[in-house]
Amino acid sequence: MAIELKMPALSPTMEEGTLAKWFVKEGDAVTSGDILAEIETDKATMEFEAIDEGVITKILVAEGTDEVAVGTVIAEMAGEDEEADSDTEEKPPESEDTKETAEPAAAEEAKPEIMEAAPPAPISRADDPSVPEGTSMVSLSVREALRDAMAEEMRKDETVFVMGEEVAEYQGAYKVTQGLLEEFGGKRVIDTPITEHGFAGIGAGAAMGGLKPIVEFMTFNFAMQAIDQIINSAAKTNYMSGGQMRCPVVFRGPNGAASRVGAQHSQNYGPWYASVPGLIVIAPYDAADAKGLLKAAIQTPDPVVFLENELLYGRSFDVPELDDYTLPIGKARIIREGSDVTIVSYSIGVGLALEAADSLAGEGIEAEVIDLRTLRPLDTETVLKSLAKTNRMVVAEEGWPTCSIASEIIALCMERGFDDLDAPVTRVTNEDVPLPYAANLEKAALIDSARIIEAVKKVCYR
Amino acid sequence: MLSARQKKDPARVAKAPRKTAPAKKPASPKRAPAKPKPVVHSTGGLKAPIYKATKEEMLDFYEQMLLIRRFEEKAGQLYGLGLIGGFCHLYIGQEAVVTGLQTAINPGKDSVITGYRDHGHMLACGIDPNIVMAELTGRASGISKGKGGSMHMFSVEHGFYGGHGIVGAQVSLGTGLAFAHKYKEDGGVCLAYFGDGASNQGQVYESFNMAELWQLPVIFVIENNQYAMGTSVNRSSAEDQLYRRGESFRIPGVQVDGMDVLAVRGAVEEVLKDVRGGGGPVLMELKTYRYRGHSMSDPAKYRSRDEVQDVREKSDPIERLKAALLKKGVKEEDLKALDKKVRKTVMEAADFAEESPEPDLSELYTNVLVEQY
Repeated sequence: MAIELKMPALSPTMEEGTLAKWFVKEGDAVTSGDILAEIETDKATMEFEAIDEGVITKILVAEGTDEVAVGTVIAEMAGEDEEADSDTEEKPPESEDTKETAEPAAAEEAKPEIMEAAPPAPISRADDPSVPEGTSMVSLSVREALRDAMAEEMRKDETVFVMGEEVAEYQGAYKVTQGLLEEFGGKRVIDTPITEHGFAGIGAGAAMGGLKPIVEFMTFNFAMQAIDQIINSAAKTNYMSGGQMRCPVVFRGPNGAASRVGAQHSQNYGPWYASVPGLIVIAPYDAADAKGLLKAAIQTPDPVVFLENELLYGRSFDVPELDDYTLPIGKARIIREGSDVTIVSYSIGVGLALEAADSLAGEGIEAEVIDLRTLRPLDTETVLKSLAKTNRMVVAEEGWPTCSIASEIIALCMERGFDDLDAPVTRVTNEDVPLPYAANLEKAALIDSARIIEAVKKVCYR
Repeated sequence: MLSARQKKDPARVAKAPRKTAPAKKPASPKRAPAKPKPVVHSTGGLKAPIYKATKEEMLDFYEQMLLIRRFEEKAGQLYGLGLIGGFCHLYIGQEAVVTGLQTAINPGKDSVITGYRDHGHMLACGIDPNIVMAELTGRASGISKGKGGSMHMFSVEHGFYGGHGIVGAQVSLGTGLAFAHKYKEDGGVCLAYFGDGASNQGQVYESFNMAELWQLPVIFVIENNQYAMGTSVNRSSAEDQLYRRGESFRIPGVQVDGMDVLAVRGAVEEVLKDVRGGGGPVLMELKTYRYRGHSMSDPAKYRSRDEVQDVREKSDPIERLKAALLKKGVKEEDLKALDKKVRKTVMEAADFAEESPEPDLSELYTNVLVEQY
């Protein structure tokens, strides 16, 4: 029986990759541990090793093929007990042929996988009022947009530097700092030991000493070890010093649930930090906001917690080709206009809200979608204005329900928008449990667009 | 502190600097080779060289220590009168530490950071006693506009970066200040003060590691006053010789008699040479003693009155320097005149702190953020 070699998943969030290079050809005998191929993901280039001994009988996906879905059969081999197909052994096909035959096969196989796994395409965005009409756009992933924001600010300001685990030589655990070491050198792109509490304090201290540090946490889950420095040192110093001591530091990194990484690595800290006076808390959804807001975060003299999302890193969006594209902090954005109901969200929830809104449009419900973008200070005016227009609101949040941003928005509507309400404000959040590992349980615990649709119908009495 | 051989051969200091500046080159995957022998060697047993002070310098040290003593005594009184609230940690007994260290550095170029027992450090940094006392009483004219209090005071102008209430946090922050000195190449050194209690906090060691790894210009100053609140050093520390706490990070440490201002100054002179020369961090353990409780509300039942009395009689830093000054031929009445001058300064500070108005209620909402959003 032939052994099928499948496109491997090389990270928890990988859905597809490029088969960059084959190191073996048909007819080659391999033993366990031999490097068969090189596979590129948006995060890294990895080597693909043989697990079994045997002979490669067929190469089904040629090198250089992009977008090969995880699970696609990329080659076949005969196990050590069986003879390789004599045909193949005598006359290995030329690589040109392989390419021609393999590519469509691979694409066909991959299709259903991609359909299921691909993130929802960004849809129906209202034009961003901060971008002048006629501005040309470039498609960038969120990851690239974040990197560009840092690079642009580092070029402008010598005091800006990046520190964190694996930010330099490794090029970033999630490749967000890729290329920065090469451009700016080891003085400004600094690998730290695994020591969050210590380097968060060093970052805050360096900011007090007049620098503008960008402190990357590999994920915000690890920043809990450093939260004392973020809150007690960075956030409170300006106030406690009567305004004479600044702490212009940016703490950034992925936040929220990733994919199948279990409870300790899957948590949304937005509400935690957003409850602290003295901090700016930003949680962008798309690449343009990621860039414009990270630049703003680096520029501001206030300390910023900048919450990214690992699942969004690889998604591409249009980013305005403008010099020094910087967005205002504290301004939400109506990302889709509607008249029947408002869905308020931030970060990855915005994509789900847009998905829900599109689906609801098909049923005659026009939902307005607000991307909060900044969680502290919260843009209450935009929220209340939209409520006054639609009179119904659902808050969608990838996070726990208790003491959440959703709770805050609901309180806001009660206090300042009560007369505009035609229905109780409803929240759609993750389940109130630590995030489980099992695929089905994880799916059940996390917010999705179906739940948003259901909640919208409820507040619309439909 | 230095070995006898080195003391006799000052040229060695220049010839054998410790390895510098690995921060520029990306970390090598291999372990860096052991660095050349440091100038400062770890030494216990209070063997610091005694600083050869001029009479004027000694008088200056005396006045500074006296100012701290009298200021703290007054703060204690004001606390008793209800004019100072919350926590108030007095520095009485430890004056030689901060005086010996602060007189050795360059104000404005070097940076200083400490924990919550910070009044003495501020006075030694040359900050106006009036605005320090007014902060203790929570008044608008306080250095933090009355919004910081005893534990949270700062003066960027004087290179004093706080004033931090969380035990040990200032060690990482101070390491960050040293990082900024090195990054800006401004030649500054950070003095990061902390107590024997903080020396058991995890982030202290995280900071030691990075400070040595990146050869940062920081002096870790452990003010070992023997008690972390109510727990004595030997009840809390597996290695109670705190000058050795940097050993596994290759940070040399020196143990100094923190009750002798000239020993403190002598020790830091050597340490500063090393750290300023790019030799990376050095740890100093200053053996000292606080006469008062941990804070004003501490009844100090964990030690006997005799113990405190014994230190006061035998090792009081001010009395010791006074004796040395008299021996040098300074007249008793000159010292009395100094005391009078200091008492006047402190009285004025207390009056200022009592008479200043409380902050305007509008101050409640200012300085939360720098910018408007």
